[in-house]
Amino acid sequence: MTLLLSAWTIGLILSLLALGVYISYRVFKFADITADGSITFGAAVAASMLTRGVNPVTSSIAAFFAGCVAGLCTGVLHTRFKINQLLSGILVMTALYSINLHVMGSSNVPLLSVTTMTTYAQNLGRWMTGHDSATVLGWPVSARDAGSLILVFATVLAIAVIAWLFFRTELGSAMRASGDNDQMIRALGVSVENMIVLGLCISNGLVAFAGALLAQYQGFADVQMGIGMIVWGLASVIIGRALIGSDSVGAALTGTIMGSVLFRLIIALALRWGLNPNDLKLVTALFVFGALVLPALMMKLKVRRHAAAS
Amino acid sequence: MLQLRELQKTFFAGTPNQVRALRGVSLQIEEGSFVIVIGTNGSGKSTLLNAVAGSFLVDRGSIRIADNDITRWPEHRRAAMIGRVFQNPFSGTAPTMTVAENLALAARRGQPRGLGRLLPARVQNELRDRVATLNMQLELRMHNPIGTLSGGQRQALTLLMATWRRPDLLLLDEHTAALDPKSADQIVRVTEQIVSEHRLTTLMVTHSMQQAATLGDRVVMMNQGTVYADYSGAHRRQLRAEDLIRRFDEIRRDEQLDVSAAELLRDAYV
Repeated sequence: MTLLLSAWTIGLILSLLALGVYISYRVFKFADITADGSITFGAAVAASMLTRGVNPVTSSIAAFFAGCVAGLCTGVLHTRFKINQLLSGILVMTALYSINLHVMGSSNVPLLSVTTMTTYAQNLGRWMTGHDSATVLGWPVSARDAGSLILVFATVLAIAVIAWLFFRTELGSAMRASGDNDQMIRALGVSVENMIVLGLCISNGLVAFAGALLAQYQGFADVQMGIGMIVWGLASVIIGRALIGSDSVGAALTGTIMGSVLFRLIIALALRWGLNPNDLKLVTALFVFGALVLPALMMKLKVRRHAAAS
Repeated sequence: MLQLRELQKTFFAGTPNQVRALRGVSLQIEEGSFVIVIGTNGSGKSTLLNAVAGSFLVDRGSIRIADNDITRWPEHRRAAMIGRVFQNPFSGTAPTMTVAENLALAARRGQPRGLGRLLPARVQNELRDRVATLNMQLELRMHNPIGTLSGGQRQALTLLMATWRRPDLLLLDEHTAALDPKSADQIVRVTEQIVSEHRLTTLMVTHSMQQAATLGDRVVMMNQGTVYADYSGAHRRQLRAEDLIRRFDEIRRDEQLDVSAAELLRDAYV
């Protein structure tokens, strides 16, 4: 049960990463590898503030804005200096590695002895159950785990609703149109460049926020924690697309969150069944490869079968 | 009013592929005038339109619209004054967004875009009413992704979008060329209706001599990056498609003459 709860919680935390990747990858078709750096950046900023006794909410929000700055850099490199998308992301991600080490002061910052969101979650769980642990459907559940899940769920729900509302505003719609048809929206008076910069800001802000929550949930920030996170996000976005199969904003946001949770559950099960944790990134990469290639392959098969039939 | 003075543009300057697309084009278009631009492939007519729209900045010359010198303005800033319909029906609309969303985006052409809702109920009604004026039953499909519509339907909506807020200048870049004949006729009718209703200053590029002879109140023929002929007033009214085709033949013979003269000279002197 603890395993399941933790898979849900981490899946939900990482769904914020996935929402960020949704903005860069689905809205702008921009494979923004900055995410690998900005998730750690968020964790680093939050961790270093928390260890100095700053309030967890303030620290997490600061992490969001730190991520925005990272996204801003990538966006400016791409739009103003005309550097290729992938390369802009790689440059910022690489630079962030050093910055993260400076922010954290070491390669790993433990957060077990300081007040974090997890402390809040534990208090919430205790307040609800009255004990340090309770029994749900015959399973023992710790107040910390239950409280974390509820808190994270509420946070993700709030952010998803805000994102949904945002994409229905004039500005948010112009942003979607910039990714959908840049020629058209330019002819309607929107600077596509500014939209990309703003989009990457928000995207990396969300990713960094996810990093801050993840660090607080697992009790440490680590300079290596971002490796391969973009692929995680892509996997969630792709699963989400397959689950819902609609391009409307609401559907895409819901699908992305569901995709992240589902993917985390699958990984948790696979690990339970004896998947070597060292193979995790390999499996994730293979999965995304499959998801990218499969639709075209299926199409080809369908066409061939159609041709054979007629 | 649109005023073009000595526009020059060279692509790939200084390379073997150098193209002198505009070689000093001057043109003044009065308020409310509907000008048709024709010319052979590579004559510079689409380049001229793109120069005005701001797809690139010109090397020399100036562009003024309604007392604003927009020569150095980026494309998105010019959009506040210019409505534009492209040749490719897919270029003018955002395919995964709905008909209503596309129109609402266009309704704020050149305006600042904030955190207000794109589609409040009041706006939705207005959108539906104006789409109904197209008589294409599209008001029933306001919430379908625009990518599910046909090329002709999308082009009609693009035309509506380009003129939603009255533009100081409407640019039509062979906007019927990619359509089947029936849809093309329909779009021509919608174009005439919208342009005359709002008395729009319009610059339309076309390949169709038929359209050139029947639409608009002035015909500009381009060749090799310059204005080759300009018919307005009585000349324009007498102009028939055959006359235009004859002028094109002249251009072709001129060019052949150049080539054969060059060969003759080479034979004689080289």
